[in-house]
Amino acid sequence: MTWRGGLRVYGTLLRAGIAGQTAYRTSFALELAGAGLLVGLDFVEVLAIFTQVPLVEGFSFPEVVLVFALASVSFAVADLLVGQTDAVIQHVRSGTFDVVLLRPLPTLGQLAAADLQPRRLGRIAVSVVVLVLALRELELDWSPARVALLVVAPLAGTVIFGSLFVCAGALSFWLVEGTEVGSALIYGSAYLSQWPIGVLGPVVGRFFTFVVPAAFTGYLPAVALLGRSEPTGLPAWVGWLCPVAAAAALAVAALCWRAGVRHYVGAGG
Amino acid sequence: MSGALPSPRAAAALVAAGFRRYATYRQATLAGAFTNTVFGVVKVSILFAAAETAGGVVAGYDRAALSTYTWLSQGLIAVVWVFTWTPVVQRVRSGDVAIDLARPVHPVAVWLAEDLGRASQACLVRFAGPLVVGGLIFGLRVPERPATLPLFAVSVVLAVAVSFGCRLLVSLVAFWLIDVRGLLTLYVVVSNVLCGLLVPVPFFPGWLRTAAYATPFPSMLQTPVDVAVERMSAVDAAVAVSVQAAWAAVLLAAVVTVLARGTRRLVVQGG
Repeated sequence: MTWRGGLRVYGTLLRAGIAGQTAYRTSFALELAGAGLLVGLDFVEVLAIFTQVPLVEGFSFPEVVLVFALASVSFAVADLLVGQTDAVIQHVRSGTFDVVLLRPLPTLGQLAAADLQPRRLGRIAVSVVVLVLALRELELDWSPARVALLVVAPLAGTVIFGSLFVCAGALSFWLVEGTEVGSALIYGSAYLSQWPIGVLGPVVGRFFTFVVPAAFTGYLPAVALLGRSEPTGLPAWVGWLCPVAAAAALAVAALCWRAGVRHYVGAGG
Repeated sequence: MSGALPSPRAAAALVAAGFRRYATYRQATLAGAFTNTVFGVVKVSILFAAAETAGGVVAGYDRAALSTYTWLSQGLIAVVWVFTWTPVVQRVRSGDVAIDLARPVHPVAVWLAEDLGRASQACLVRFAGPLVVGGLIFGLRVPERPATLPLFAVSVVLAVAVSFGCRLLVSLVAFWLIDVRGLLTLYVVVSNVLCGLLVPVPFFPGWLRTAAYATPFPSMLQTPVDVAVERMSAVDAAVAVSVQAAWAAVLLAAVVTVLARGTRRLVVQGG
């Protein structure tokens, strides 16, 4: 199939999925608002904690909001692009993954296009607004390098969360009944990435920096943007390495997905 | 629609049926308990970090109380059920609700009995699991007053009833709207904040705390937890549980009224 033919199939898959989900206008509008409010829900936690205390791990309210916003934008975009790959488990259970394998297109791309959830745009919009507000409040010392980091960090964060989604999706080729373990890892990472990693203590904190690179989605780039020291003893420049962490996560995710697809054996018939 | 309440035997059978239906999904139960425990670790870490800055006590909670809050609330997630709940929505959409209406027992009583069965099943692993694991790692506050534990048990039952009333009220909108997914999402988001699931309601800024206590949501989660950690005097705890009972009564009355109006609109196709 030519690449144009491939694009046309993607287009058809996308249109069909979006038409289905926006068919009931009122409900879709409420879902969009609900997705946006989800960010607000997480934000209430930050707000409530800082109502009680002025600093957490030495970070002020606007500083934590920056961490929160960077991680939140990354997660929201990743969720829109590949969050729907959790549907892979239904394909594995019912054996309909055969259909996905039959089409001459990448399996992951098909799954992502067929079940795109446009309501997740609500989450991206609110996260971006929070990010802009945090940056206005902080009045950072801008240099060209920092501007570049501000652009690169959400992209790298998106790749990191996207890789987590794909790894969790790949897991369901093996663990047909245990996919929640993958979800716990993704949503747990999304939750903890909104706070200074130091709150988790040394062992768990390092795990979510160097094994699951959640700290690279919000916290470490924020430390680099703020130009401040890192209280758990990492060098302040580590945040600049977020593209490296993203590349590593992407490589692992690609390997896991390929191994998972090879492991798939269908469901009889 | 019959207005009859179930006989004690029928009620017991319905509770048992709800219990057994959910007890079938063992792996889902374990996976859910795992997820709730993972989130609990993050939640308690954030709260401990706040307590450290504040010098040990935040909004009246010390470290032991914060840990107890975390593990009780993580455990109660599945018991009171704070997520999207669609059994009744599906029955209205499919028309199966007609079967519920034809039964000799009031449908709200049937659904409530089944929900209590579901909640008691959730107590076994989804409540006890995170509480034991979290308690062993982070410690728990042992109640000082002997009356606290029985009052907590009553408070949890009422919390399930309040949650059931809210969930059913939202579900019944399906009689009027064809697609209620958006409404359900919105309900989950708002109720999760206001019930005190992410941070204790007493942490909220004043305006939000006032708003929260004007709704039934703290009665779904915050009240049983605060009863257990003895955040208030014995008298105030009894008052808080009475507020829960009042909300449960109001919500169940509302649900019965709304169901009666909804069924007047109901048209079930087919023979």
